Amino acid sequence: MSDLNAVTTAEAPATDAGKPRGLAGDAWLDLRSRKVFWIAAALVVVVLLMAAWPSLFTSADPGDCLLARKNAGASGGAIFGYDFQGCDVYAKTVYGARDSVVVAIAATLIAGVIGLFVGLAAGYAGGWIDALLSRFIDVMLGVPFLLGAIVLAKRLSSDPESNGVVAVILTLGVLGWTAAARVMRSAVISAKNQDYVAAARMLGAGPGRLMFRHILPNSISPFIVVLTILLGVNIAGEATLSYLGVGLKGDAVSWGLAIAETGPYARTAAAPLVWPSVFLAATVLAFIMLGDAVRDAFDPKLR
Amino acid sequence: MSDVVLETRGLVKHFKTRAGAVRAVDGVDLQLRRGETLGVVGESGCGKSTLAKLLVGLEKPSGGEIRVRGDNMARLRGSSLRRARRNIQMVMQDPYTSLNPRMTVGDIIGEPYDIHPDAVPQHGKQRAVQELLDLVGLNPDHINRYPHQFSGGQRQRIGIARALALRPEIIVCDEPVSALDVSIQAQVINLLEGLQRRLGLSYVFIAHDLSVVRHISDRVAVMYLGKIVEYGNQVAIYDQPTHPYTQALLSAVPVPDPRLRGRRDHIMLSGDVPSPADPPSGCRFRTRCWKAQPGCAEHEPLLQIRERSPHPSACHFAEIRDVMRRF
Repeated sequence: MSDLNAVTTAEAPATDAGKPRGLAGDAWLDLRSRKVFWIAAALVVVVLLMAAWPSLFTSADPGDCLLARKNAGASGGAIFGYDFQGCDVYAKTVYGARDSVVVAIAATLIAGVIGLFVGLAAGYAGGWIDALLSRFIDVMLGVPFLLGAIVLAKRLSSDPESNGVVAVILTLGVLGWTAAARVMRSAVISAKNQDYVAAARMLGAGPGRLMFRHILPNSISPFIVVLTILLGVNIAGEATLSYLGVGLKGDAVSWGLAIAETGPYARTAAAPLVWPSVFLAATVLAFIMLGDAVRDAFDPKLR
Repeated sequence: MSDVVLETRGLVKHFKTRAGAVRAVDGVDLQLRRGETLGVVGESGCGKSTLAKLLVGLEKPSGGEIRVRGDNMARLRGSSLRRARRNIQMVMQDPYTSLNPRMTVGDIIGEPYDIHPDAVPQHGKQRAVQELLDLVGLNPDHINRYPHQFSGGQRQRIGIARALALRPEIIVCDEPVSALDVSIQAQVINLLEGLQRRLGLSYVFIAHDLSVVRHISDRVAVMYLGKIVEYGNQVAIYDQPTHPYTQALLSAVPVPDPRLRGRRDHIMLSGDVPSPADPPSGCRFRTRCWKAQPGCAEHEPLLQIRERSPHPSACHFAEIRDVMRRF
């Protein structure tokens, strides 16, 4: 008896009998021991810090450009050198994090909210509601992404004064929710048919309890993974739209814009193209690794 | 009879499909008395699990009635229905899928109290859950563990504790041991029997394992294609079966003694179970029965006591044949 108790307390050091350790607490314990999580989290934190307080990383002004320094090499604070307009590449890259991250997070939130709602409704309700919503998803998927995005972004950013941030967020959000909704729908359907849901229904549980206590916790992890990947995809999507000239513009500074502007000069000066691309790729990778680690931690069956 | 706690009359469940209505349960009359165990046996697809779902209210009957202590469940509404539902709980088949993997054992067993706050005992939910864990033979200190930290037999004990939380009089066990190892099966069966004695429970015990049913049941109903074909106490069904289907089922029970193997009465049935969407006319068993006569296709045999069957049997030619006899 005392042995058993010892095992219990060793496994759950932070809990009293009265406070069951929650799912999040368990996941955190699991995450703490994963290297991938720490690497990804460190990268994400750096990028978020860059987005919030770029002046922590550089004292230079990304708008301070001198043609005299055109394509000059690294010097002083400008560790990545200067681009074709004589702007500090390092400063531009650091300041570019803000718009890239803001656009990606906001667009993913919009896509997530739409995807969660549509997926839950279709999966839980079934029947004609599911059929209607699923066909709507099919229609959305039938729209070629680039064509839809160009049309939508152009339409939304008709105001010449704006820097296009809101237009890009709406475009990526409205076009990006379909994958998340599909994943959510299928996860909800498989969770809804589990025996433990039937057991709760038999006890007299209402739809709210079934949904939020039983179905949602058991179907949310693939959705979270899709959203984390979508964060990366949206960062790349913003870059694509900016490159094509329908994304960010004017006084906005972003990795996508930097890649678009410096692309044509890559043969004479590679650094202004390479560094924003490296930051872009690293950020996308960090979000995807983070999503993967979190998914594993939240899945007790993998433990 | 006041000691009848559960009764069904003409219980029917049809599932509508494109191919027509699947008659999963097609006119079942059962009676369960206080403290008694009613075994329901039959092969896969005969409607056993649908019957269990009907009894606990997971499916709505297409016809007939379910009476719990005399109250017709279909007539009850609102709080009186909730109270009646509390009286009949279920232990599910698969202990690996019937417990929410995201909830602790304490939350799982305590959930009935969250749904029915008026059922929480005076000394609080936590104590009640720990008492239930103790009652089913688990360590009450494991209240914060997750289901994946337990073995199959322990998980089934958790399922039993959940079913007991609301202090029901009737528990429907839908194949409660078929997913477990044989050695664990005996432990769980003994637990169920002990709980029955201590708490005065009545069981509807659904299984395809005839020897398990024989061990635990007072009365046995044999189901075939949604209907009960033979009904009687344990001795009547196992030692004096009169329906050909029951005889065939019993003759398939393995013989533990290798020297007796092959020397027993063996009945081999030909063909498969017909589709419940299009059952045979008259007697449903006639397509596989060696006694079938042309009249069997026209007249459906009722479940009743017959000249040569002292207990209810749904066969025109019911006759005792002891297939379990040892040589």
